[in-house]
Amino acid sequence: MKRKLLTYTIFLILLNLHSFIYAQDRFPRPEFESGYKYPEHQMPLDRSYIWEYFDVVVLVAALSITTWLALKKRSRQGLIWMSVFSLVWFGFVREGCICSVGSVQNVALALFNNGYAIPLTALLFFIIPLLFALFFGRVFCAGVCPLGAIQELTGFKPVKLPKAVESVMIAIPFVYLALAILFAALESQFIICRYDPFVGIFRLDAPYTMIVFGALLLLAGVFINRPYCRYLCPYGVLLNLFSRFAGKHLTITPAECINCRLCEDVCPYDAIIPSDTALNREEPERSRKRFLGYLLLVPLLTVAVALIFQNLGPSFSKITQEVRLAQEIRTEKETGVEAVSKDAVAFKEAGKTEDELFAEEMRIIKRYRKASPWAGAFLGLSLGIGLVSLTIRAKRTEYKPHQGKCYSCGRCFKYCPVEVNKTS
Amino acid sequence: MKEGINKYQSRRDFVRRAGKVLIVAPLIALPAALYKKTNASGYVWQIDPFKCTQCGQCKTNCVRTPSAVKCVHAFVLCGYCDLCGGYLRQGTKTISTGAENQLCPTGSITRKFVEEPYFEYTINEDLCDACGKCVKGCLDFGNGSLYLQINQDLCANCNDCSIARKCPSDAISRVPTGEQYIPKERGTLNPKPLNPES
Repeated sequence: MKRKLLTYTIFLILLNLHSFIYAQDRFPRPEFESGYKYPEHQMPLDRSYIWEYFDVVVLVAALSITTWLALKKRSRQGLIWMSVFSLVWFGFVREGCICSVGSVQNVALALFNNGYAIPLTALLFFIIPLLFALFFGRVFCAGVCPLGAIQELTGFKPVKLPKAVESVMIAIPFVYLALAILFAALESQFIICRYDPFVGIFRLDAPYTMIVFGALLLLAGVFINRPYCRYLCPYGVLLNLFSRFAGKHLTITPAECINCRLCEDVCPYDAIIPSDTALNREEPERSRKRFLGYLLLVPLLTVAVALIFQNLGPSFSKITQEVRLAQEIRTEKETGVEAVSKDAVAFKEAGKTEDELFAEEMRIIKRYRKASPWAGAFLGLSLGIGLVSLTIRAKRTEYKPHQGKCYSCGRCFKYCPVEVNKTS
Repeated sequence: MKEGINKYQSRRDFVRRAGKVLIVAPLIALPAALYKKTNASGYVWQIDPFKCTQCGQCKTNCVRTPSAVKCVHAFVLCGYCDLCGGYLRQGTKTISTGAENQLCPTGSITRKFVEEPYFEYTINEDLCDACGKCVKGCLDFGNGSLYLQINQDLCANCNDCSIARKCPSDAISRVPTGEQYIPKERGTLNPKPLNPES
């Protein structure tokens, strides 16, 4: 009996506390005499979800049509119209969200975090283009990705970059991908979405910096075609990998290559591998030595970059709000400079203790120290494999698109005399 | 010589096939691993009104202009005060609907007489720009019946919500679609005597 009373008392106290916290009930609810009825609590409209499923259907349909246009119909014109459609639908109508490029982060977050349930659409948007890449090459880039489409349609005057610059720049997407997965998996930020250059243009409304970045990239893209796809796109790294194993892929010539070298310079993405007849080959002995040397370098590079990343872990952790706030508070304590950022003000108002904040900071830094080496190992491994692949060269008797690099844009079709003969 | 070439090509084929299996395996494993974690309808961003500190970041940081955040009014919490902290600017001499007396910079709150001494306040969502001034006023002086919510109809549901990133009080988080709004009445569902102003 006594125990029951105690529980009730505690319950009542808690209930009172509850009302105290959750509503500032300073004024009693009025007792109306005029028969006034309370209006219904009007919540804004709910989100409609039909469109998201519709998007998946459109994605599959668009990928199928693009595949047919690139591989079977071989129509550059058709591919351009596909780009226009995707730009309008996935870009301007659906406002660039959700896109496959960003879905990498949702998948990473869902894989490493138990609290997050990934939307089915995000998972499908991640997997379907990769599947298509595995079977037919990067058709997603050719006419479905709105980011690719806007660049494809504005690349008027392709200029080739020097080989050295090109080979350094194509390493950036790997770093971007590694960091994006790291930050997403550790629940810090979705940097791919945050620094998406064109979403501001799709929405016709964005922070100033976002628009400027997008516009500059488009401007550069007039000459250096598809700068985002080539030197930034993290999803492109995966597409590149899957497309290398594509069973069927767009071909330059519809029949047999006659080694006329007419298509040699038309690809703005440097994705045409010349046939051996136009190359002076390295001596097999030397190339075998280089191959072995680079192969031994792979584990070394992996470990080295992993170690570098482990040391960089604490610096990476600064991307989280808590770590920055903790540093600000610490500086305030040490130097007496008052912390005035909005976060700091809110923190002081919220009444969390500093010890709690510092403990949270330590926890985050520790997680970063643990996870960063994996991102580094991925980078080192990719670099090593990239070096090794430089030494491998198959015997080729025809001009072929590089399956990893080729965006299946179809620019080379009309340069092939075999094609011209066939159609005329 | 011919044999050598053939052997070379078959080795290359072997590497290709092995590579294909190596990269297809995770692609198949991924949906299997994430199958239990998929959520058909997904998540949306929402403001927890009990954490919100009305810093004003919602107004300026949303990718939408005007912001997708809107003020909503829980009538059951409202005191229907004549001297409303959410409607009237502090230090006004007269209590009237004059523009100079209104706290809301866009004039999106309308005041309607109900009966002595009660007034009904309604938000015009189209005009509201989520500055949060009325919310702060109502919390400071009244019952806290005004609060901010992300209007799901307007929200672009960005993968990386730019106001969530800026929110200093961590009030914005992903919520399941089933409960895409966090109504404030929840705290006072049980009818109980309300404490008068002390």
